[in-house]
Amino acid sequence: MTKLTSRRGMLFGAAAVSAGAVLAGCTSNDPDGGDDKAAADTQPAADDKPGKPVTIGYAGPQADHGWLNAVNEQAKKRAEKYSEITMEITEGSNDTAQQIGQIETLINKKVDVLVILPADGKALTQVGLKAMRAGIPVVNLDRIFNSPQAYRCWVGGDNYGMGLNAAHYIGEKLKDKSDAKVIELAGIDNLELTQQRTQGFDDGLKNYPNIKKVARQAAEFTVESGQAKMAQLLQAQSDFDALWNHDDDQGVGALRAIEQAGRDDFLMVGGAGALSAFQAIKADSGVLKATVLYPPTMAASAIDLARALGQGKGVSGLAEFEIPSTVTCYSAVVDKDNVDQYMSTGFK
Amino acid sequence: MTQHVSPPRGSTDKAAPVEGPPAWRVRLGRADVRTLTLLGVLAALVLIGGITQPDAFLDTRNLQLVLTQASVIGIVTVGVTFVIISGGIDLSVGAIVALSSVWATTVATQEYGFAGILFTAIVVGVGCGLVNGLLISFGGMVPFIATLAMLASARGLALQITDGRTQVVTVPSVLDLAERDSYVLGIPPLVLVFAAVTVVGWLVLNRTTFGRRTVAVGGNAEAARLAGIDVRRQRLYLYLLSGLCCGIAAFLLVALAGSGQNTNGNLYELDAIAAAIIGGTLLTGGRGHILGSVLGVLIFTTITNIFALNNLQSDVQQIAKGAIIVAAVLVQRRTASTH
Repeated sequence: MTKLTSRRGMLFGAAAVSAGAVLAGCTSNDPDGGDDKAAADTQPAADDKPGKPVTIGYAGPQADHGWLNAVNEQAKKRAEKYSEITMEITEGSNDTAQQIGQIETLINKKVDVLVILPADGKALTQVGLKAMRAGIPVVNLDRIFNSPQAYRCWVGGDNYGMGLNAAHYIGEKLKDKSDAKVIELAGIDNLELTQQRTQGFDDGLKNYPNIKKVARQAAEFTVESGQAKMAQLLQAQSDFDALWNHDDDQGVGALRAIEQAGRDDFLMVGGAGALSAFQAIKADSGVLKATVLYPPTMAASAIDLARALGQGKGVSGLAEFEIPSTVTCYSAVVDKDNVDQYMSTGFK
Repeated sequence: MTQHVSPPRGSTDKAAPVEGPPAWRVRLGRADVRTLTLLGVLAALVLIGGITQPDAFLDTRNLQLVLTQASVIGIVTVGVTFVIISGGIDLSVGAIVALSSVWATTVATQEYGFAGILFTAIVVGVGCGLVNGLLISFGGMVPFIATLAMLASARGLALQITDGRTQVVTVPSVLDLAERDSYVLGIPPLVLVFAAVTVVGWLVLNRTTFGRRTVAVGGNAEAARLAGIDVRRQRLYLYLLSGLCCGIAAFLLVALAGSGQNTNGNLYELDAIAAAIIGGTLLTGGRGHILGSVLGVLIFTTITNIFALNNLQSDVQQIAKGAIIVAAVLVQRRTASTH
């Protein structure tokens, strides 16, 4: 696991630390109290009791999208939970140079731990290295640095897994239908995450030879593009059985186009986990039947891990003295059956 | 769409070629040759669409879809065309559409229903246009810089208002505008508004003093000033007009997409300029054609539609768009240099 940029690496990461992901609170599930109580008691593990004071420097993204906004909120909310945690926050830049400057300020302030969601992981690798060399451990959130030396721990989502799980959900729903057709409304095509989501979806569909992907269009993660591209897709495909849409924000527009075209002859699966999507799934009044998570709660997990790092502890329940080096959040499928459990994590 | 387009009066263009071009070209005049070329491109696209996807493309619903998708950007383009004819540029249109749409869809505004949303969208659009116009006319700023500043600050303000969130519209009367039930004789209301703006724009440019002054300012601002035109006030009005078009477009976008988002109107400035250019409007000012701009928008929208129907990806679409711009401008250079 030297690099997480490869998809294979992502998968291994997911397998290796999936237990850790749950325990770290990625999906805000309460971990089941294990039978390893005795073992855990001997570990210096972080828990809810106040510990050594820690100052966490948080360099968040510019919240120009529902999901990114939720990430910042989750981080702040989690930090407030701990009385001994002080947060130094810089946020609001999509500009690489500006974000580097912000992080350097945090390094100069000598914070104990840094949590960084880089606007561009590759471009910000150097400043990550600089922080690590200055003795400040870095928790790298979501968009990954180019070098494993630039961070102590990476916490992020599983884009490949989103596609895979969306395909499995659709596959199970359509498995008895011969010659089933699915279409895909992708996100921004020049982002690696979009390619990973599509690859996962295609690989997942290979398990269901009765299903064929007949069309794919890329939108831009915006409501406007979602509406425009979906309207075209609906015109192009007069008959299909399922739709996977990569992002719930552009899904607002996609659902609008579906409504305007008066179509209800297929099932739709969304992506990310927006509150509006959860509400639509719960109401079960339209085509949207499920959404695949890319949980913004990973930011809360990052704060937990940063706190444990600052206090020199491991993670409760894991038989380790240190926190893991990578945590990949699980891309759970949320449908009508389990939507209540996730409702509180939905972002607006 | 094929009605006669007379060359704008007051322009520095020569009305008729002296000798050389074939008789049909003399009779039609240069403007019509250009319009016919664009119509030819559009017809060729329709042919391609009809051959590749006869069922999906040659369908009433598809025609309604293409025209609807052209409406929002089309209205913006009409406003931008006026600005470009006057020798200016408006880079802020996309950002103004974003700001108008998010301001018009705040919870407070939605409480006042249809009228509240429409009023806010237009007031914000005109307000931004006013700031642009004042900075350029009376602040002495270059249009490129003034509208670039507006682009940045309007997007920033839109982001601040929404906090990155999607403001979903819950006012049924607004949403109904884009629903099938509200179509008038099969024409979506959005398309009717687009048609009205186009006709008014054409009349204002070609049949009013305001239009002649616009062309004169773009052709030679100093000469226009000596001829007694208040150039500064004329420019102010033009940016106001562009802002007004953005406000109308934002309202339609809110009805169409059902929400206000700070990313609305993304890259409209470039799409509108591209459409105006292939429509025969000179980027240096002094000559421009509303009908050409609208045809330019329709050409781009039709390409997008054909590509989506044939399941081609967005990278190919962008390449094709670039190629069309180059081809159209090259063809125009040939047809325009025949006298």
